Amino acid sequence: MNTTSEVDLTARNQVPPSEADRQALEATWRDPAGLVGWFSAINHKTIGVRFIVTAFGFFVAGGLLAAVMRLQLARPQNTLVGPDLYNQLFTMHGTTMMFLFAVPVMQAMATYLVPLMVGARSIAFPRMNAFAYWLYLFGGLMLYIAFALNIGPDAGWFTYVPLAGPDFSPGKRVDFWAQLITFTEFSGLLEAVIVITTVFKLRAVGMTLNRIPLFVWAMLVTAFMVMFAMPAVMLTSTALILDRLVGTHFFNPAEGGDALLWQHLFWFFGHPEVYFIFLPGLGFMSAIIPTFVRRPIFGYSAMVLALIATAFLSFGLWVHHMFATNLPELGKGFFTAMSLMIAIPSAVQIFCWIATLWTGRIHLKTPLLFVLAFFFILVLGGMTGLMLAMVPLDLQVHDTYFVVAHLHYVLIGGAVFPLLGAIYYWYPKITGRLMNETMGRWNFWLFFIGFNTAFFPMHLLGMKGMPRRVYTYPAGMGWDTMNLVATVGAVTIAVSMLLFVINVWRSLRHGQVAGDNPWGAGTLEWATSSPPPAANFDALPVVHGREPLWEAAPEPTQVRGMATGQREVLVTTVVDARPDHRSVFPDSSIWPFISAVATTVLFVGSIFTPWAVVWASVPVAIALTVWFWPRRGETEREMLLEKSP
Amino acid sequence: MAARRWLARCVAAALAAAVRCNAGEPALGAQSQDALRSAGPQASQVLDLWLLTLGICTAVFAAILVAFVWALWRAPRASAGTPADTTGLTQVEHRPRRVVIVALGASTVLLFVLLVASVSTDRSLAQLVLRDAVHIEVTAHQWWWSARYDNEEAAKTFTVANELHIPVGRPVIMTLRSDDVIHSLWVPNLAGKKDLIPGRTATLTLRADRPGVYRGQCAEFCGAQHAWMAFLVHAEPAAQYEAWVARQREPAATPVAERALRGRQVFLQSTCVMCHAIGGSGAGGQRGPDLTHLAGRTTLAAGALANDAAHLAAWITDPSAFKPGTNMPGHVLPPDDLQALVAYLGTLE
Repeated sequence: MNTTSEVDLTARNQVPPSEADRQALEATWRDPAGLVGWFSAINHKTIGVRFIVTAFGFFVAGGLLAAVMRLQLARPQNTLVGPDLYNQLFTMHGTTMMFLFAVPVMQAMATYLVPLMVGARSIAFPRMNAFAYWLYLFGGLMLYIAFALNIGPDAGWFTYVPLAGPDFSPGKRVDFWAQLITFTEFSGLLEAVIVITTVFKLRAVGMTLNRIPLFVWAMLVTAFMVMFAMPAVMLTSTALILDRLVGTHFFNPAEGGDALLWQHLFWFFGHPEVYFIFLPGLGFMSAIIPTFVRRPIFGYSAMVLALIATAFLSFGLWVHHMFATNLPELGKGFFTAMSLMIAIPSAVQIFCWIATLWTGRIHLKTPLLFVLAFFFILVLGGMTGLMLAMVPLDLQVHDTYFVVAHLHYVLIGGAVFPLLGAIYYWYPKITGRLMNETMGRWNFWLFFIGFNTAFFPMHLLGMKGMPRRVYTYPAGMGWDTMNLVATVGAVTIAVSMLLFVINVWRSLRHGQVAGDNPWGAGTLEWATSSPPPAANFDALPVVHGREPLWEAAPEPTQVRGMATGQREVLVTTVVDARPDHRSVFPDSSIWPFISAVATTVLFVGSIFTPWAVVWASVPVAIALTVWFWPRRGETEREMLLEKSP
Repeated sequence: MAARRWLARCVAAALAAAVRCNAGEPALGAQSQDALRSAGPQASQVLDLWLLTLGICTAVFAAILVAFVWALWRAPRASAGTPADTTGLTQVEHRPRRVVIVALGASTVLLFVLLVASVSTDRSLAQLVLRDAVHIEVTAHQWWWSARYDNEEAAKTFTVANELHIPVGRPVIMTLRSDDVIHSLWVPNLAGKKDLIPGRTATLTLRADRPGVYRGQCAEFCGAQHAWMAFLVHAEPAAQYEAWVARQREPAATPVAERALRGRQVFLQSTCVMCHAIGGSGAGGQRGPDLTHLAGRTTLAAGALANDAAHLAAWITDPSAFKPGTNMPGHVLPPDDLQALVAYLGTLE
């Protein structure tokens, strides 16, 4: 055993499998070529990149909708867009950002990164992963096609009944919204199952629970939250569809239904949702800070416990969205206390990061800049969150621009800034090239300044009485200047995002070649080449510490004896990550795509007739049957492998 | 309590300075819709709480930023090639751990202060003295407000739309209902908001201590014209208020001028009566705002237009031009009839 880390690391990286093995692995795990091959792709990196690009596509679309809204609000009584379009714009903006961008993009990043970070050959259930991606894409396209045809939803991303019910929203607009929820939640739940299974069963040998990278922890906790929160919104959106489509009365007070039931079920999902956008952001922070501060995170265990505590507490504060609905006093006190308490685990993480910065040596690059913005933006958003937790204050600022400011400080500061940092950070791993540093700094500063210009004045706007979701406002209310300033800020954000897109695009061809580990990071994804081979690692790594690339490691450093001619993965135990058994993963297949098309026909068809649920389930059943039908050749090869490994 | 007041006062001074330099400020006495200018005990207690919270949060925010910037400042620079310092993986870092624990303890204490402040403010809001209160039943509609001033004698009950008058110094109990979707009643100068939910009844209590005209607005998204669902609260000295009440209890007088008489006939013979009521005229429609004392109001169409003859004529002819999506249909009347109708409505003081 070597004693110095330098020698050890070299030694580990210099025990490659033979070239023949490498080529065999590549041929086995690669997605097939050609057009049919393109639709058959199931490799988690292929799907991950498509997922990330699609999510950013929706981000840009949602951002453009916001830009139109800001232009409309730049002046009082502006007539750029009327109420009908404006109401569609803000509904589409909110729906896009929450359901088509913020939640999916985090799952997309996980789809790409988690297997690499835990040292696995593949994500769990790779075909289901492809299926989940296609469903998500088709759901998003459906929503945007509806919007393009001027039948986009217009009852808000929260779609309160009875406004969204059959009496006050006739037509199909709200149905598209409700079906979008079915699409994205279905996809989200599948992704949650996939992430949990990957993290629990496919970790590298030796990656015990207390050695899992914090980003992976964050995604694991998020996946559990998704599993518990999303059923509530699926249930309630289904009830809404039933009210609208077949005349049930879940939400109709005249027939014994209840309008408030919607709000409880929606926010029981809706508040945890904020945290499953936010927790992955925290994960990015904890992944990026150590690399650029040249030391492991301070307080790893506390960080993990804080993530878990946040997840639990986040299920106990949904009612703070409903303080204005005449609640019993005791209930209000409970939800105020819970909403204040959730600041504690966030504080734990913030203090631990500051301690990490305090005791480290700083390598200031664009990814770090983006995550450091968190300390200004998110912390400010957290402070206004405390104000919203307090019932008397909330009743003044609820549903005003104060809340608009708060939620953008939290979501953009807590998720989008870290996400952009994450893109700058992992882009070289994904593409093999670094993004342009100068453009990255321009991107950052324009975004940071533009963001604060756009959203800071909104705090004051809310205090000065401007409600949200208004398509215009009268002059002389003292709101004009601040609205104009906010619009200027929004335009600045648009410019910064344009720079970001250009940087991503240009760096694909012209970026500096990165090498395996351009930032000198300590986690497993940097141990393989950039971009990684189809099988992720030429030899499966064995892990001996929390930062495997930074620590001296004893032998063995890799797993030997895995099949190269089959998609064989090593399944490990949940707690200690000891080798448990080998499992053969499925080949690429077009049937997840076809199943997603069939499911889409069912979902979209059911907007127009309840019979679609009956008849369109036939093609779904056929597609799924073919998908899971065992192939004789595959089974024989697997049997062979069982006899002679 | 004294410390809280003192802190609140300091922050108030700083904040007031910041607010005053904001351009386009409406002059006091004009319509005001502003949570930072309280005109009654409910709003001012919330304002106190806001200032306390703002003070604490600003201090904590500043402390975190200072620690953060200082950490960045003092840390030596490194590069991607700098070997990582992994001692933290094997040894307990006592000093940072102590600091983190202390910071966490302090945060918890401050959160507890906020909790106590919040609950105690909520309690005192609920303890508004309601002796001799004015009872108003407010019903929200897409996209306007009706308000019935109740009285034990049925004959003394009257209904107004989009403009409330309340006496200064007397508590007001509003019973809140909705006729269609969820709305939210909010007059920031007087009190926090309360939702009006179909199938449920809520109560909002408030008091105005300063006379003035306070603008309120629906705060819960309620459809196409959510933006133009405003109303005014005129807080007046008792005598003025009583005079207003007395006037509202009167039915509309039959006009004497010939033109207005003609307008009355136009009103009664057209579809106006299907939705609107004018006390004493026989028109009793309930779907739209009560027009008995229309001319006494300052705005039309729930705050969308100034109440003058030109706007009234334009509104009757084509309401969708001002409030696209409104439930009021347009009425293209012959010019003479329209002028007569406007003249008649102008007499409904």
